[in-house]
Amino acid sequence: MTETERDSFTGRETTGHEWNGIKELDTPVPRGVLMFLIVTHLWCVVWWFLVPSWPLGTTYTKGFLGVDQHETVQARLAEGRQQRAAWSTRLESEPYGAILADEDLMQVVRDTGRQLFGDNCAACHGRDGKGGVNYPDLTDNDWIWGGTPEQIEQTMRVGINTAHPKTRVGQMPSFGRDAMLDAAQVQNVAAYVYSLSNPDFSTPNNLDRVNAGRDVFAKTCVACHGEGAKGNPELGAPNLADAYWIYGGTMDTIIASVHGGRQGHMPTWDERLSAAEIRTLAIYVHDLGRR
Amino acid sequence: MISKLTYAERETAFAIALATLVGGLALGIAGRNDVLGWQGVIVVVFAIAVLRPLMSSYYEPPVAEDRKVTYYDDPTKVGIVLAMVWAVFGMFMGVWVASQLAWPELAFDGAWSSFGRLRPTHTTGVIFGFGGNALIATSFHVVQRTSRARLAGQISPWFVLFGYNLFCVLAVSGYLMGITQSKEYAEAEWYADLWLVIVWVTYFILYIGTIARRKEPHIYVANWYFMAFILVVAVLHIVNNLALPIAWGQAKSYTIWPGVQDAMVQWWYGHNAVAFFLTAGFLGMLYYYLPVRAQRPIFSYRLSILSFWGITFFYMWAGSHHLHYTALPHWVQTLGMTFSVMLLVPSWASAGNALLTLNGAWHRVRDDATLRFMMAAAVFYGLSTFEGSFMAIRPVNSLSHYTDWTVGHVHAGALGWVALITFGSIYTLVPALWKRERMYSATLVEVHFWLAIAGTLVYVFAMWNSGVIQGLMWRTYTGEGTLAYSFVDSLVAMYPYYIARAFGGLLFLVGVLVGCYNIWMTIASAPLAASEKTDAPLLPIAVPGE
Repeated sequence: MTETERDSFTGRETTGHEWNGIKELDTPVPRGVLMFLIVTHLWCVVWWFLVPSWPLGTTYTKGFLGVDQHETVQARLAEGRQQRAAWSTRLESEPYGAILADEDLMQVVRDTGRQLFGDNCAACHGRDGKGGVNYPDLTDNDWIWGGTPEQIEQTMRVGINTAHPKTRVGQMPSFGRDAMLDAAQVQNVAAYVYSLSNPDFSTPNNLDRVNAGRDVFAKTCVACHGEGAKGNPELGAPNLADAYWIYGGTMDTIIASVHGGRQGHMPTWDERLSAAEIRTLAIYVHDLGRR
Repeated sequence: MISKLTYAERETAFAIALATLVGGLALGIAGRNDVLGWQGVIVVVFAIAVLRPLMSSYYEPPVAEDRKVTYYDDPTKVGIVLAMVWAVFGMFMGVWVASQLAWPELAFDGAWSSFGRLRPTHTTGVIFGFGGNALIATSFHVVQRTSRARLAGQISPWFVLFGYNLFCVLAVSGYLMGITQSKEYAEAEWYADLWLVIVWVTYFILYIGTIARRKEPHIYVANWYFMAFILVVAVLHIVNNLALPIAWGQAKSYTIWPGVQDAMVQWWYGHNAVAFFLTAGFLGMLYYYLPVRAQRPIFSYRLSILSFWGITFFYMWAGSHHLHYTALPHWVQTLGMTFSVMLLVPSWASAGNALLTLNGAWHRVRDDATLRFMMAAAVFYGLSTFEGSFMAIRPVNSLSHYTDWTVGHVHAGALGWVALITFGSIYTLVPALWKRERMYSATLVEVHFWLAIAGTLVYVFAMWNSGVIQGLMWRTYTGEGTLAYSFVDSLVAMYPYYIARAFGGLLFLVGVLVGCYNIWMTIASAPLAASEKTDAPLLPIAVPGE
């Protein structure tokens, strides 16, 4: 079966092979293919001479350009650090008041802070910093641990209820579950706390509960949450008299908080972010609250 | 199918299925304190599913068949049906995981239905389930026709086909249970990998045995590619999966390769899986079904030789382009990049050889959607192989790596090339195998073609856009020298493209469902009264023991 024949369409000879009706033409490899093959190969050979490419036992050909990816990346990192040094050293060392007063520097904080916040804080606090259930809103004027840049920096550095030796400790005891208050007391103190931000609740019908709850509050809660439940940033005790809530301000949620307690957690960023980054974020978050 | 086996062959089949059942029991007992136990249960169920029909027709009188003059096509028929079943499963999983990226709540808070577990069921389902079954089925068909020889075994083709499917079932069910080696495209654990080695070596012996029986003086190009596919996949699979289980009763294992060597071996495997599974195997398919359908001789035998050796030689070096700018030494990256560039011309030579073969048959491409499937496949092959070489260039890769561009590139290859060539081949093969004049409905082939093309284009364009945007967002700096966007910003920007991608995938899946219906109706229709079989007759051959 090696009889070749001529294909009428192309005018080419076949190779004379046939497999279940399939034949092949003996067309030579088109010149363009060979040219292109040579060009790509030449380009690669040239490239091998320029950059690290072939292994030589324990070493390799270094290439005439003298490039090395490790050196390249170190140089680029140094370049970046140098570019940022113009403002990062100021953010690292200048007092917060001076930074806040410098509109140009504040623009840097807003630009870089947005990305830092997005990559590190947004997972809990939301991309806009508005938080959500269980995660505090950072854009309002209500601060659990204080809203000055110094206080925010401290919160970021040590975290809340973390393994950091200086961690901020915020423990709301479980008054109901641990039998410090009985069920009626829990209900009453919740009614009182609820009435602080919902004055309409104190109708004659509810007044007894609210008053009883006030007594419970004065004995049990005031130590942390303070007179009039205005909170205490030193202890991380939230203001209960305003409209801002972490865990929710419905009657049921307040009862759940008093009954089961709350132990929030915020990680420590001391070893994950640089000093300049922490301070940038402290001002950025402070600034969110101001805007 | 069983009726065509002699009593002795039924005995062998029974023994193999029984041994599998015992193996499954042993696995179940050894792994009773681990998820491995459930994998043993799956092996037992699978073995019983094979044993049941075997036992119920065990004593039926064998149908007289002159094996000296007939080809052995039953395994091919079953393989095609299995390929379509896996296509529906794998692509449904693809649409699901794509939708999860746009709407994460579609994970329904389940562990088994989380993205990380479903994603490998998609990749394994389409690559190994759909692609693998299609390759096994068509390779059995092609090697017999082009060698004028019957398959060199009566039981081994079934063992290869069912054994391979058992591997796929073990792999996919394992992912859902949380079993994985965490190696992309090689997620299946040690016990499944060992099983696949047995199956694959049998495949190799069967294939080479059939070629050894050939009555044609030359080995056809399609068989070069199928041989390369079978041989190299065996080597890749064994080397990449060298691992030690933490205990015989545990599914978990650890690879023997340390650190960056593990990464290099993995991507040497990963890229050559693309090369020898998804390229060489399907080129074998193309080299047979395209000229048959087009009724044209191959454009150039010389070009076939050039591209075959170019592809097999250069691909082997290219894997390290998956690890640009990593801990992998710079020189290895350079080699990966340059060999990827040198690979371009041989790859294009294959695509060009296919398209130039259509010269003189373009009117058929216009009228026949089946042939158009294969033409479009060759075009997508050329496009994605160019894209691949381009993306392997280090500075380009620094933009494209880790982005959706890679995902788009893979799907230009997987949907545009692999799936289209498979559908073209299946639509050619089904009427021939089941002795029908043509497919049940030419219109439905046409509908499938346009759904597939539309789905692929929507998918690929969505991922190109999304990938380039992603890559640019990750490297955009502010004037102050810090990153301009957070990672979440880039995810928000991806959202519309993720929806578009899921839609493109859905179109493709609907096309496959149309194809399934068409194939089903073709098989259900009446066979031709007088066989118009045009296959070259099998030349009688004296085979000892048959």
